Amino acid sequence: MRYPFPVGRSDFIQGDEAVARAAILAGCRFYAGYPITPASEIFEAMALYMPLVDGVSIQMEDEIGSIAAVIGASWAGAKAMTATSGPGFSLMQENLGYAVMTETPIVVVNMMRGGPSTGQPTFPAQGDLMQAIWGTHGDHMLIVLSPSTVQEAFDLTIRAFNLAEKYRTPVVILGDAELAHMRERVYIPNPDEIEVVERKLPANEDEAKLPFGDPHGDGVPPMPIFGRGYRTYVTGLTHDESGHPRTVEPEVQQKLIGRIFRKILDHKDEIISYETFELDDAEIAIVSTGIVSRSAIRAVKMLRERGVRAGLLKLSTVWPFDFEVIEELAEQVRKIYVPEMNLGQLYHLVREGANGKAEVELIAKIGGEVHTPMEIMERVVG
Amino acid sequence: MMYLKSSYSIRDKYLRRDMLPTIFCPGCGIGSVLQFTLRAIDDLGLSQDEIVWVSGIGCSSRVPGYVNFDGLHTTHGRALAFATGIKLANPDLKIIAFMGDGDSAAIGGNHLIHAIRRNLDVTAIIINNFTYGMTGGQVAPTTLKGLRGTTAPYGQFENPFDIAQLAVTAGANYAARWTVFNYLQGINSIKKALQKEGFTLVEFLSPCPVSFGRRNRMKTAPELIRWYQKITVPLAKAKKMKPEELEGKVVIGEFADRDRPGLVREYREYIKRAKKMMGWEQ
Repeated sequence: MRYPFPVGRSDFIQGDEAVARAAILAGCRFYAGYPITPASEIFEAMALYMPLVDGVSIQMEDEIGSIAAVIGASWAGAKAMTATSGPGFSLMQENLGYAVMTETPIVVVNMMRGGPSTGQPTFPAQGDLMQAIWGTHGDHMLIVLSPSTVQEAFDLTIRAFNLAEKYRTPVVILGDAELAHMRERVYIPNPDEIEVVERKLPANEDEAKLPFGDPHGDGVPPMPIFGRGYRTYVTGLTHDESGHPRTVEPEVQQKLIGRIFRKILDHKDEIISYETFELDDAEIAIVSTGIVSRSAIRAVKMLRERGVRAGLLKLSTVWPFDFEVIEELAEQVRKIYVPEMNLGQLYHLVREGANGKAEVELIAKIGGEVHTPMEIMERVVG
Repeated sequence: MMYLKSSYSIRDKYLRRDMLPTIFCPGCGIGSVLQFTLRAIDDLGLSQDEIVWVSGIGCSSRVPGYVNFDGLHTTHGRALAFATGIKLANPDLKIIAFMGDGDSAAIGGNHLIHAIRRNLDVTAIIINNFTYGMTGGQVAPTTLKGLRGTTAPYGQFENPFDIAQLAVTAGANYAARWTVFNYLQGINSIKKALQKEGFTLVEFLSPCPVSFGRRNRMKTAPELIRWYQKITVPLAKAKKMKPEELEGKVVIGEFADRDRPGLVREYREYIKRAKKMMGWEQ
């Protein structure tokens, strides 16, 4: 297979471009989008590449239509993605919930910018973290990943597709305007160096008859995609294992939503990923995600130079959240600092995880500039 | 001759027995339009496994749940946006979008316009009952002036949309409108629509006695059908009428029948052009 960009070597590209190339290498063959700063370059790269790999790239009339087309394409058997920023992500929320309810594997990229509303289109922020987790209405469960470098944007995009396919779920990638437009050296692997996961298809007629059942006991039903003679009925209404709407029986809702939670939470050890830096003997911990982690690493180095035993826990998976790891950390360290580019979102999750075993302090910053390492360090040394 | 097949044989062949009875009220016209659609499919000998039914939210949108085909019952107004993804990802599938007037022309109006503009290869069957039936009889963008709904209890004061004409203007390959009383024309129109590439649309004026008729002094389906006969004008006759004579009337007939390339064909050409421009292919 011929790729429209060099593989098996490094390149110097934007975060947006890295997401697009990773998606194609992960097998994505359908992209629908609507122009928005700072995610437009993902769309532009997809528009350039998709026809060359016999895939689809289409500009929809809005972001509601974009995510709808992506869900439709997934049911037609394609790996599909859309990308946007705050205003578009808000518009996508209803259909994001539809993807959760219908267990449709899709990838949604949100390159966060300052908000609310139109806000700061060209400046980075982390204000959509809670929205990514809880933005759509009703009880729901999905996966949220958050890269901090262009290489991670590439790697986590491949991971996002693999998780979406494996768990039949929407996966959100939370980047930001800084990461979207920043150029860095990225290794673009050969296709044979990449592990690519494909969704489970029904192994037999019995499995195909239960598109929302649990024949394998892992909570993830095989997906009887359209056009294979399965005659699958898919609805956003509460439905039983066969897909039939059953909206007035409490136990049907309990069973369905329970399984949608369980299929993610039972596998959270596999889904959650994080990195630690100088944490082994730390008495001060920084917990961060996304672009701020870059300053946090530097801040840890600067603190160590001053004799402060600081360390970093960098979360690549924001949701499901590893409350236990935070609690273990809280038992080890004296204090946890949470630098983030909002007025306190990750902070609340960390505080819940710490469970009172260590003090947790928020280092909030809004306005469109990433924390400097000095800002973080100064808060720690006081 | 095919039209003489019994309704029972159509039902047994195409409906999911375990999903019946339907949610439709007595006198509702959706079942009739569903029957027209199934008879058209049957008459054309189309395979049940190559058609996907897509819908949004509302009474009409419950139809994909009753038919034994692949079906996607989506969010309110978005059926055609979902259909865009299905069709482009697997062009071998034929798509029927079964929608109501509120679903397609109000909340889904933008998707409707753009799906038609793209000439997306989809057959849209639109149930126009001038009301929001499922939520209890609110006015719709199709409600004719003066008619009552729970959100315009003193009579609709806005201008109505003409869905079929909108389809013509936006570029549909086929657009027709009938009432549920026009049995043969309805089936024939759906057959034509299903055989054409690009966007095809058949709109039906369809009775909703419970949510709409009851509030407009037409409590039963026969009263609504008689009213349709009074307010509808066949296209040939309408052409000879003055605009003031057509005030408050609904024209029925075939409004567009043309063969512009559909989105799938256009995109296939686009792929070829891309590969040529990049020097990948001659």
